[in-house]
Amino acid sequence: MSKLSGAQILLRMLKEEGVDTIFGYPGGVVLDIYDELARTDLRHILVRHEQGAVHAADAYARTTGNVGVCLVTSGPGATNTVTGIATAYMDSIPIVVFTGQVPTKLIGNDAFQEVDIVGITRPCTKHNYLVKDVRDLAKTIKEAFHIARSGRPGPVLVDLPKDVSIGKTTFKLPDDVQLRSYNPTYVPNRKQLKKAMDLIQKAEKPLIFSGGGVILSRAHKELTELACANQIPVTSTLMGLGGFPGNESLWMGMPGMHGTYRANMAISECDLMIAVGVRFDDRVTGKTDEFAPKAKIVQIDIDPTSIQKNVQVHVPVVGDCKISLELLNQMISQNNDMKNFATAHDEWLDRIENWKLTTPLAYEQKDVIKPQFVIEKLFELTKGEAIITTEVGQNQMWAAQYYHFNEPGRFISSGGLGTMGFGLPAAVGAQVAAPDKLVVDIAGDGSIQMNIQEMATAVQYNLPVKIVILNNGFLGMVRQWQQLFYDKCYSSTKFQHTPDFVKLAEAYGAVGLRATKPGEVEKVLKEGLACNKAVIMDFVVEPEECVYPMVPAGAPISNMLLV
Amino acid sequence: MTKKHILSILVDNEPGVLSRIAGLFSGRGYNIESLCVAETVELNVSRITMVTKGDSMILEQIKKQLNKLINVIKVADLTDQEFVERELVLLKVNAKTENRAEILRVTDIFRGQVVDVGLEHFTISITGDADKVNAILSLLKPFGIREIARTGSIAMFRENHAK
Ligand SMILES: Cc1ncc(C[n+]2csc(CCOP(=O)(O)OP(=O)(O)O)c2C)c(N)n1
Repeated sequence: MSKLSGAQILLRMLKEEGVDTIFGYPGGVVLDIYDELARTDLRHILVRHEQGAVHAADAYARTTGNVGVCLVTSGPGATNTVTGIATAYMDSIPIVVFTGQVPTKLIGNDAFQEVDIVGITRPCTKHNYLVKDVRDLAKTIKEAFHIARSGRPGPVLVDLPKDVSIGKTTFKLPDDVQLRSYNPTYVPNRKQLKKAMDLIQKAEKPLIFSGGGVILSRAHKELTELACANQIPVTSTLMGLGGFPGNESLWMGMPGMHGTYRANMAISECDLMIAVGVRFDDRVTGKTDEFAPKAKIVQIDIDPTSIQKNVQVHVPVVGDCKISLELLNQMISQNNDMKNFATAHDEWLDRIENWKLTTPLAYEQKDVIKPQFVIEKLFELTKGEAIITTEVGQNQMWAAQYYHFNEPGRFISSGGLGTMGFGLPAAVGAQVAAPDKLVVDIAGDGSIQMNIQEMATAVQYNLPVKIVILNNGFLGMVRQWQQLFYDKCYSSTKFQHTPDFVKLAEAYGAVGLRATKPGEVEKVLKEGLACNKAVIMDFVVEPEECVYPMVPAGAPISNMLLV
Repeated sequence: MTKKHILSILVDNEPGVLSRIAGLFSGRGYNIESLCVAETVELNVSRITMVTKGDSMILEQIKKQLNKLINVIKVADLTDQEFVERELVLLKVNAKTENRAEILRVTDIFRGQVVDVGLEHFTISITGDADKVNAILSLLKPFGIREIARTGSIAMFRENHAK
């Protein structure tokens, strides 16, 4: 058998794992890998900053459901990935990050561009490895992919010292991964499901609260069946948007700090909550003691640590969301006592409908562009079919409120970490994954400047991503808190200088457009969306608009500030 | 209600495992009272015995979070059932002529051993559970304890209760 170098083994294993695209940035200790890469058909997207590589790989994974892959050099290349890795970790996104490392003999000597990236990323990866011997490489890569994609997915980092990429060994395909210490539970305990059904049966005001787990396990069909067959209204976290069709009458919108009135009221009033693939984040629960105070809670999650962490759960179900819902639906359909359930709580549904009618999402139209109006128009013009990535702040919340998602993988946003600068590289990754889809980054003028360099990547690879900047001249979300809770003391949230985004787009070789009046919004959107190049659309919007409703941090979610 | 728990954790014997566990505890604000790590009879498997504190919800999280670490093979909460617990303590105590007999008597009662003697000190080794160790410490304290080294608890289920 012929011998392969570590670099060759890495590329061979990527192929075995079904990887056709990676995002990366070269440097000294990964030269051997890049040299081999040039001789394969693996597609390498050269980003402009390693953080961008990780966000792009993350969005690639969110779009395709496959593992996203990055390759970067040691030291600063590795540390630049940390924000991206932490972002993927908080949102449970399967990615594998390969970092170069100084030769094993130099590790620990403060060698040039040495950093203990395994130590640094230990708390923000699902698992990580330092490969010390080329003979362990193939098996480690196989394990890394297995761990990243199975169970509750997450980022895995593999640190590759230079001598490991150069070293040669006889290559043998590793066996299937068997880790006695890691066996996620996919199929739930039937007794628990039965208990869940018994609770559902007794409920008069049932509600489904779904999250990112539904998107990750692609359980949207099963969730929709559970809701529609039994007429149970649905609310989803930011991470769960697209898990239930946004145009269904049972849809209540997002709950929590900027949730809809009806979603928050329904949570506060329901007597049964079926929580699926959620982790009860504080941005959703507000004050936990008063979250769903009247409800019995059934929680389905593949990760036992998500259950009973922040709120007391009555029936925990550990299992994959898709499999669990499928089994639950089966059980319900075979249960005679559930026959009349769907029609037995019309009053509850009427109440929710009434909340929607009396207190809908709303904003006041004026003769300046309202950011909400831009999103509404975008939704209308794209018929809800675009892949939307977002930055962080008000732009993200308005995107979640005013764009409606009918499928998973359509809304790509940094939920858990709230990483400004996520949206543009994410749009790049999503567009690489879905070349025929319309990909739009909804941005703020602050966030967009955090990874603006990826415009060059978009242009280089002819990725026609559309960037919609809601340009309010402020770090809007922070300004909103200052307005509401700090006596309008706008400390360091007003930009005294912002680049001309139209010229900036042009400088990158992209197209720049601007709208300053409400009447220009539709025209600019139409022109931008129709363009087959990367486009920045700069919407100069009302500077001091706020996102409503708003629940002050730590307050019960029924306590909403309305417009 | 906050209670002391002794966890017995089987882990892969690999570099970095201890730091994953220590990092989990510091990152999530859990408490470690003592920690003891050593190899087991099984190749590449180590046992960590840890004493921690917390209410039932925290303890449930601690156990789940530990189980979630890829290198953790098994977590058992010994406090759930009957178990035996031992700690080894070495202590160097001031031993002036007039106190030597009394110190030796106390050591004897607790089945300790004098492992080093000087003109002005004894070094005593004691094994026992937390109660016994604390008892002898309080009896010897008045003589002046110069130095103390404790292993932290190690523990096992009693066999007839083991699952
Ligand atoms: C990397 C990073 N730094 C700081 C923050 C804190 N932060 C949250 S929202 C926000 C303002 C965002 O401003 P902009 O991108 O202009 O969006 P807007 O809220 O105006 O829509 C800031 C600074 C963050 N989320 N991420």
